Amino acid sequence: MILKLLPLVLFLALAGFLAKGLTLDPGELPSALIDKPAPAFELPTFAPEGEPFKPEDMVGKVWLLNVWASWCGPCIQEHPIITDLAETGVVPVVGLNYKDGANESTAWLNRFGNPFEAVLADREGRVGIDWGVYGVPETFIIDKAGRVRYKHVGPLSQEDVEQTLQPIIDELLDVPS
Amino acid sequence: MIRASSHAYFCLQWVCGAAFLMLLCVSAGQRVHAAEQLVSFDTPEQEALYKSLLVEYRCLKCQNQNLAGSNADLAADLKREIHLQVLDGKTKPDIDEYLVSRYGEFVLYRPRFNTVTALLWIGPFLLLAGGIVGIVVMARRNARRRAAEESQGGVAAGALHDGSISSAELERAKKLLE
Repeated sequence: MILKLLPLVLFLALAGFLAKGLTLDPGELPSALIDKPAPAFELPTFAPEGEPFKPEDMVGKVWLLNVWASWCGPCIQEHPIITDLAETGVVPVVGLNYKDGANESTAWLNRFGNPFEAVLADREGRVGIDWGVYGVPETFIIDKAGRVRYKHVGPLSQEDVEQTLQPIIDELLDVPS
Repeated sequence: MIRASSHAYFCLQWVCGAAFLMLLCVSAGQRVHAAEQLVSFDTPEQEALYKSLLVEYRCLKCQNQNLAGSNADLAADLKREIHLQVLDGKTKPDIDEYLVSRYGEFVLYRPRFNTVTALLWIGPFLLLAGGIVGIVVMARRNARRRAAEESQGGVAAGALHDGSISSAELERAKKLLE
């Protein structure tokens, strides 16, 4: 009896996998950096210009790195959500301006608002490569020990922030410094 | 009449000239594009390594293309980085590791064999083995079942498929035909 049910069971299992697959994006790459130390770098800051930024400056804090560019459409879409998140003051959001011109990016910030604790100029995209950036926008969550804990590919929606990012951030904030 | 035709002839010349100029521009553009891809190396081995590497890595933006074939910005950046590393004397395993530590095993068209990718490499063979075992088990079970039926008279599960007819079946057939 059990053996007769086997093809049905196998079919249902396969159907389950395929159904789940329909909800996934086949082009999305999981980050190779999860749970690894954030790649070190030093980049100049602008808007406003200040001291060069290094990730090790943020050790002891939970923070977000938002990769954006003025030539990126979806970045405009997610910017209000990033702004809201930054304005709650729960986590600092550092902006990595990826392969962008100084004038264009400054104009973009003037137009859409600048919620970033620091805006980093990754003009050549070399820091982006070290972080495994393959498109814009992307957002990383880094913990107090300076390890990358989560990467979000694509624009953030309110839902993403509430249901995915916020729980992770809360969990990481609870960890003693 | 003569003025009209010379006007037409002049227009024709103008159009041909413009077309020729456009073709020139297009082909010149292609030459510039080809020039972007010219990279120099210290040794022919380095150049060969570089060329072989470009077809081994996936373009992460246009994921159906390798770095050699992709025009994406990211592909150009990665090509530049690989060029520098090859000039620096790095080997394929070094550059593989560089890319995989940033982008994951997916960047390699031929993934390395390790605990993460073991299932990917061995999986199809495991499934094949499982299928063969399954077939053998079912065939043996069928053969055993048929042998058991034959020794009991054979009617219960239907006629034997070797064309012969058992005595019990013969009796039944006679009864039905009466």
